[in-house]
Amino acid sequence: MIIDWNNFTPWTALAGGALIGISAALFILFNGRIAGISGIIGGLFRPVMHDAGWRIAFTLGLILAPIIWLLFAELPNIQIDATYNLLIVAGVIVGFGARYGSGCTSGHGVCGISRLSPRSIIATLAFMGTGFLTVFIMRHILGA
Amino acid sequence: MKKPLGHMTALTFALLSGLMFGLGLILAGMANPAKVLAFLDLGGLWDPSLGLVMGGAIAVGLIAYRIAGKRSTSFLGLPMNIPTSRIIDKRLVIGGLVFGIGWGLAGICPAPAFVLLGAGSVKGIVFLIAMLIGMGVFELLESCRKN
Repeated sequence: MIIDWNNFTPWTALAGGALIGISAALFILFNGRIAGISGIIGGLFRPVMHDAGWRIAFTLGLILAPIIWLLFAELPNIQIDATYNLLIVAGVIVGFGARYGSGCTSGHGVCGISRLSPRSIIATLAFMGTGFLTVFIMRHILGA
Repeated sequence: MKKPLGHMTALTFALLSGLMFGLGLILAGMANPAKVLAFLDLGGLWDPSLGLVMGGAIAVGLIAYRIAGKRSTSFLGLPMNIPTSRIIDKRLVIGGLVFGIGWGLAGICPAPAFVLLGAGSVKGIVFLIAMLIGMGVFELLESCRKN
């Protein structure tokens, strides 16, 4: 393993992470909800009375974030190398897998581990594992 | 138990939480799929940043959920919706494994997909639509399974 010191951004990573943590803290302490994006969106597929508003509001916040950011600074570089076909395949897999496993990086990875939930720790190990493996296969075996 | 405050207050807090979450992702570099993939690429030039993002988030989260765990209602008087299941089943593991494959293919997970929409990234929007279709497929299969 070779560490990419030139692109390693420890301070913004920690500060951004802390901001994500504060967001999750606000959401559980004020709204009584887990900041798990796939669960928040998934709930919109089965509409229940008085249950959609907070889901839409949180999602709207996510969408507005880059727009608010742009009022103060330029957006950091966004680089997506995947082809459109690969993005479609990846998107379907991400959407299905996150719902099937009851959560994604936010719900299991951040909130679940913070709750010390055994389920979330297992799920995070599972998706981290295949995440590492997939990139290894794509880049170092298939050479994509 | 405190009386629930207005619906609008709860919606405002939800909006603020989502906004802070998105700003955190941007600051952390996690709205950039290339940076996420650089973390997942253990065999190449490895960028450990995402590990610190999770570390920073969990450090704050640990405190928040300790406080939350002792309360029966939120500061706004809303019920605490904290999952209680401790069953580790096939669905959890398979779902996690499958999700990780998709994450590794594009470097995008659900929250950053919405940030990419706001940033106007066409590729991000294509991913987001595909992701919503994947979630829809899950819902369809679930309703078939239950019937």
